[in-house]
Amino acid sequence: MTDSVLAPAALELPESMPPSPREEMRRRAKSHVGLIFGSAVVLLAAFVAIFAPVLAPYDPYDQDLTQRLIDPVWTTGNWAHLLGTDSLGRDYLSRLIYGSRISLIVGFGAAVIAGTVGSTIGILGGYFGGRVDAVVVYLINVKLALPGLLIALSLVSIVGGSVTALVLILGFLTWDRYAVVTRSAVQQLRGSDFITAARAVGASQTRIILGELLPNVMNQIIVIASLEIAIVILIEAALSFLGLGVKPPEPSWGLMIAEARNFMFFKPHLIAIPGLAIFLLVIAINMAGDGLRDVTAPEGRN
Amino acid sequence: MLRFVVGRIFMLTLVALTVSFIGFGLLRMSGDLAAVLAGETASAADIARVAKQYGLDQPLYMQYLDWAGRALRGDLGSSLFTHEPVTELILARIGVTIKLAFSALTFALVFALPLGVLAAIRRNTWIDRTVLTLSVFGQAIPSFWLGLLLIYLFGVILRWLPISGSDTFAHFIMPTVTLGLATMPALMRLTRTGMIDVLASDYIRTAWAKGLAPMSVLFKHALRNAILPVVSLSAVSLGFLLGGSVIVESVFALNGIGLLAFDSIKRIDFPVVQSILVFLSFCYILLTLLSDIINAKLDPRIAL
Repeated sequence: MTDSVLAPAALELPESMPPSPREEMRRRAKSHVGLIFGSAVVLLAAFVAIFAPVLAPYDPYDQDLTQRLIDPVWTTGNWAHLLGTDSLGRDYLSRLIYGSRISLIVGFGAAVIAGTVGSTIGILGGYFGGRVDAVVVYLINVKLALPGLLIALSLVSIVGGSVTALVLILGFLTWDRYAVVTRSAVQQLRGSDFITAARAVGASQTRIILGELLPNVMNQIIVIASLEIAIVILIEAALSFLGLGVKPPEPSWGLMIAEARNFMFFKPHLIAIPGLAIFLLVIAINMAGDGLRDVTAPEGRN
Repeated sequence: MLRFVVGRIFMLTLVALTVSFIGFGLLRMSGDLAAVLAGETASAADIARVAKQYGLDQPLYMQYLDWAGRALRGDLGSSLFTHEPVTELILARIGVTIKLAFSALTFALVFALPLGVLAAIRRNTWIDRTVLTLSVFGQAIPSFWLGLLLIYLFGVILRWLPISGSDTFAHFIMPTVTLGLATMPALMRLTRTGMIDVLASDYIRTAWAKGLAPMSVLFKHALRNAILPVVSLSAVSLGFLLGGSVIVESVFALNGIGLLAFDSIKRIDFPVVQSILVFLSFCYILLTLLSDIINAKLDPRIAL
């Protein structure tokens, strides 16, 4: 929006004018293969998840015991079931398509919770220092010392494996990195001139935190979020695979692999396909995340 | 130095206390634990009897103090299902998990260190890009899936390796690779970044300028400093591997502490679960302390 308003003025600038940081960022983004490929795949997955009812050829829960364990089209030439069917005769492609919903909802949902909790804790600790920071360091240490996967398994065994439960559980188990990174970022920003200036003109603490500090660490939060989403998706798949995640008959990719485990010796494609889906989605999110970091903060590479 | 260590120990003791409370309370927070234990057909009287038998009718802090007091004397209670003492259960299984964690960490470091150094020296070449791509791949493969693929390839098609159990060295090869590959990317990236930073520093430029042999500059001067964060991450990873091996142990039916925890969680065998949670947390805390002290020894500035 602001760009189009400023455009005529920009034309009158002398040619020697260096590009603005935002232009520079856009230029880097356009030439970053990983970022483009990664975000394209993520967008595609989001599209598939949103339009699953339209795209899926069958109902993902519809069992047909006369159509069990059909091989994919490349071995049978049977176009009725592109990826074949599972042991209960459910269309594998439809289950794969609906499964993207679970991965994305859990991944993004948990990242929103973890990002909010972690960044709040980290910014408060970094900004106020002293006792507040001591409490923050203590909280981070407690979180790090807990074996996260076992805690998640225990909690799911108590409250049950609904998607909502998984979002909440994984959200509250993955906030540490946001806290660690925002805390040290804010510690560095705390002494900068613009914060001193804001304080000098009488800005409230809330105003400084929300108006000055948060926008400055937002890029970093987004970069961590993109990497954490990938991790959460892997954890959800693992929990569902272990039988303490999303419950049958939901088409979670991890659960699909677990259900195919008994048949893997003669139907290996049943575990290969959902595994590849997880792998591709996670790799795409990681590439997009790495790309975002390169583009927004190239000096902070790795 | 002493002040630093004492400060860390104080913080970590506090953390250990908190962790023990969380580990203890986790399964008990589901109010109807007695109902679960009594079974689905139990009457209200049965449930009350079970609650009394296991002390579940007491307030939570009383249960905690009772448990903590006995835990300090080495008595972690007995499994609700096998009725064996939890201490014995853990001791019987911990060997497998420790073996797995160490071999996975060794496997990860054997590849991470040279590849990370190589990528840093040949920064922005195809070698660097290959190493980075490998680390992205390694981070994205679900370990349970990789385990199944390995089982299918080496256990079923090629028939080279046993697919489950923990009896011989061969049983540990695939689990080690699976867990090691998951641990490697972070270590590799950290080695690379650390090495890049160090190589750009003044004292390395001086070392080059003095005309020291490249091997001496790279390994005697640079790697020693670049490896600092890798040491702490290795210690932390080890703690993580002890707790994170539940997936790999379940895929390969390795009879370690992860599988024990997993089976106990499914059966709501809370004496076992809470002991393992707290035990693993304590391992992690001790390893963190160890890595802090090692780091402070290697780089005295940290303790200032």
